[in-house]
Amino acid sequence: MMPLIAALAAGTLFGLGLAIAGMIDPAKVVNFLDIFGTWDPSLAFVMGGGLLVNAIATPFIMRRKTPILAEFFRTPTKHQVDKRLIIGGVLFGAGWGIGGYCPGPMLTSLSFANSDIIVVVGAYIVGTFLARTMLRAWERDQQAQAQRDQQSCVE
Amino acid sequence: MEIVNFTPVPAFIGGALIGLSAAFLLLVKGRVAGISGIAGGIILPEKGDVPWRILFVLGLVLGGLIYQFFDLGPDVALIEAQTDKGMLIVAGLLVGIGTTVGTGCTSGHGICGLARRSPRSLVATLTFMASAMVTVFVVRHLGGA
Repeated sequence: MMPLIAALAAGTLFGLGLAIAGMIDPAKVVNFLDIFGTWDPSLAFVMGGGLLVNAIATPFIMRRKTPILAEFFRTPTKHQVDKRLIIGGVLFGAGWGIGGYCPGPMLTSLSFANSDIIVVVGAYIVGTFLARTMLRAWERDQQAQAQRDQQSCVE
Repeated sequence: MEIVNFTPVPAFIGGALIGLSAAFLLLVKGRVAGISGIAGGIILPEKGDVPWRILFVLGLVLGGLIYQFFDLGPDVALIEAQTDKGMLIVAGLLVGIGTTVGTGCTSGHGICGLARRSPRSLVATLTFMASAMVTVFVVRHLGGA
């Protein structure tokens, strides 16, 4: 029960932060990205504020052996940059630039959902589902291939 | 270049709350506050790891409701979509596919990854920022899309 309450609290704080920061207004987001036109530098301060707090807190937290309400930390362990990371970044950036919505503000905006927000969230869910389904199948193939390679080595 | 609607103080306060939320989730649950990752594990469920994700997303909505209830900033009724519904579908699909393929979004790579000094997150953040800026330039100034 406690971990669930903690997740709700973290989400609430996150959504409140996004709303206060102005990230729920796609005009503000697109203006931030429009450095050669009507530039609104505000979102650099959102990033700065978030990074400042989190970059100070994270090393202290990671010094603990375990989180307070879980058995271990589940932070990413991968370090190499691969093609997937770049392709994903380019696609995400294009979508973010067109609509002015990244996932957090999109979901927070469901608190005043109009038809535009329903449309963009719906498309986001479909896109995520398709990509996850395909990546899962691809990863399974890779694993099967690796197993076959291993077996042929043993033989 | 013309600077418009610059609101550094609420931006910084909001950003600090986001950072606090990310630090809290790491301290308590040992998880990264990456929204696309959290939501992705609901959309195609990660077995045995779904309920906390649902509560986190409900929290996002609750945060938006608290903002409106206490009038903590500009009225949400003034918010307008930046493009038509057809392009919103394209935008939503690209955000869903891109964040899944690239394993993270503005929060997971931008706020959390950079705080852990992850080289992957630095490259990802620079890539999606550059891509988004080029996209806005094309749409707004070259009259594309």
